[in-house]
Amino acid sequence: MEKNLQFKPETLKLIKEVMSRYPEGKHKSALLPVLHLAQAEFDGWLSPEAMDLVADALNIKPIEVYEVASFYSMYNLKPVGKCLLEVCRTSSCWLRGAEDIVRHLEQTLGIKEGETTPDGMFTLKTVECLGSCGTAPMLQCGAQFHENLTFEKVDQLVSDLRKDGARKTYFDEVTVTHY
Amino acid sequence: MGKKLLLANDHVPGIQSYAVYREKGGYASVEKALKTMTPEAVVEEVKKSGLRGRGGAGFPTGMKWSFLAKPEGVPRYLVCNADESEPGTFKDRYLMSRIPHFLIEGMITSSYALGANTSYIYVRGEYYYVIAILEKAIKEAYAAGWLGKNILGTGYDLDLYVQPGGGAYICGEETALLESLEGKRGNPRIKPPFPAIKGLYGCPTVVNNVETIAAVVPIVNEGGDEYAKIGIGRSTGTKLISASGHINKPGVYEIELGVPVEEFIYSDQYCGGILNNKKLKAVVAGGSSVPILPANLILKTANGEDRLMTYESLSDGGFASGSMLGSGGFIVMDETTSIVKNLWNFARFYHHESCGQCSPCREGTGWMEKVLHKIVHGHGEMKDIDLLWDLQRRIEGNTICPLGDAAAWPVASAIRHFRHEFEEFVREGHSVKDVKHYFEVNNL
Repeated sequence: MEKNLQFKPETLKLIKEVMSRYPEGKHKSALLPVLHLAQAEFDGWLSPEAMDLVADALNIKPIEVYEVASFYSMYNLKPVGKCLLEVCRTSSCWLRGAEDIVRHLEQTLGIKEGETTPDGMFTLKTVECLGSCGTAPMLQCGAQFHENLTFEKVDQLVSDLRKDGARKTYFDEVTVTHY
Repeated sequence: MGKKLLLANDHVPGIQSYAVYREKGGYASVEKALKTMTPEAVVEEVKKSGLRGRGGAGFPTGMKWSFLAKPEGVPRYLVCNADESEPGTFKDRYLMSRIPHFLIEGMITSSYALGANTSYIYVRGEYYYVIAILEKAIKEAYAAGWLGKNILGTGYDLDLYVQPGGGAYICGEETALLESLEGKRGNPRIKPPFPAIKGLYGCPTVVNNVETIAAVVPIVNEGGDEYAKIGIGRSTGTKLISASGHINKPGVYEIELGVPVEEFIYSDQYCGGILNNKKLKAVVAGGSSVPILPANLILKTANGEDRLMTYESLSDGGFASGSMLGSGGFIVMDETTSIVKNLWNFARFYHHESCGQCSPCREGTGWMEKVLHKIVHGHGEMKDIDLLWDLQRRIEGNTICPLGDAAAWPVASAIRHFRHEFEEFVREGHSVKDVKHYFEVNNL
């Protein structure tokens, strides 16, 4: 575990900017956006230390952070791989073959849904509807939506991500191919 | 092709940018409202338009606006609900990412009408790239003088911010959204008091869906009466429909309310018919929460009339033979679809998304998922079907927010219209389709 966790100065500046969006005394509203910032900065998950740091930055009690982080599904309370592959499993995607995509990814990566590859590169997760039903099946990795998936597209994606090797976050630049 | 009010320019190159949007007549509604109309006059036009909430509930927007309390010295807020999470719905993402300035224009005009000086767009966190697109557009709008202090020299001030969610379906419920915007867990509040009296930070607040706020733009530009000429009866104007599932052309379509369902499914203008020339089996017409209808009842009402894409026609016959327009999340299923497995899929969704506040929903959604899991995996008994029926009946109407109803309706309607499939599953221990699929994937 990393000791003496600290936000980068530019993140602290961003946090101040986010806090200024709300009326005087209502800065707790910044909690959800700041948790996203913390997760992106600290290896894609929120350790108790990271959450305490958020509590400090917003001047609220740690419990107020824990109870929120544990409520919303985008916050990871356990370590995840550099690339979190979130495959939509809800009806419209399921109708267009989401189950087959998950099975194919399990075989390709050699892990089961919910697991992380031994090299820490990929975590495979199924999630509920991501609002991409017209371009199903789909998965999200970082901020990027990968849509109209086929086995070939999935193979290409896995290979590209592996070559790139970088951690994907919700703040990444995105290429919009479908609307 | 019907009239397009929201997506008329969606394919213009560069429409995401301020310059092109403005060139195409963008921000005219702000000019007209701020310079020539009182806030009350804008509310009046929205009332005349007959616009109904496009997020799913279909409540008249003008009426919702007129409920807003206006105590002296207390700020009022407009919050845009862009937490689009209803399975089958993706129209707001399309609108926001394709024409971000449309929503911003609607937010300015609507905020002016309501007397709000700070407004928020609450976007589901998974749409982070859409947030980036909106924030860029908001910056452009500030730079061009449409946001900030003394807009157009009229003395009206407005600040507009985008707020990301954290991944929770429940935050699409307006009071849960407000809790979330205050930095808390998304637990819906007990109503009354309604947000119009006590909303964000305890102040009077209006929460409207993205498409609702966007619709204010053409209503102000062309007048409420013009808007009300489109559509049928109390279903006025146009509606964005998110079409998905087993169809040839999934996507977002702007329709004039009143298009026959049959035309919407089979016409090349819209869904383009069923994928691979299969037969239509069922449709969930308004997002996962609304009752599923078999092919015969989605195309015609129980009285044999053509079913139309309107609030009234889709709900004709009540829940016995009708459904709802809802959010316009139109999910089409072909003849090979297992209704039981699809229902299990929905049940998992609602169990995952229940906030846990009310026992009937927290326990009931989990119970329904378990019973369906049992049936789908070949261990079901006939009495489980009655148990499911009983469970959904005990959730509906017994919770603080409508998520309980939303979890119950799909179960009730699937059993009502497809009981024979549940019985087949129980009798055979599987559906015939699954066996075929098993043989295919294992090359047997």
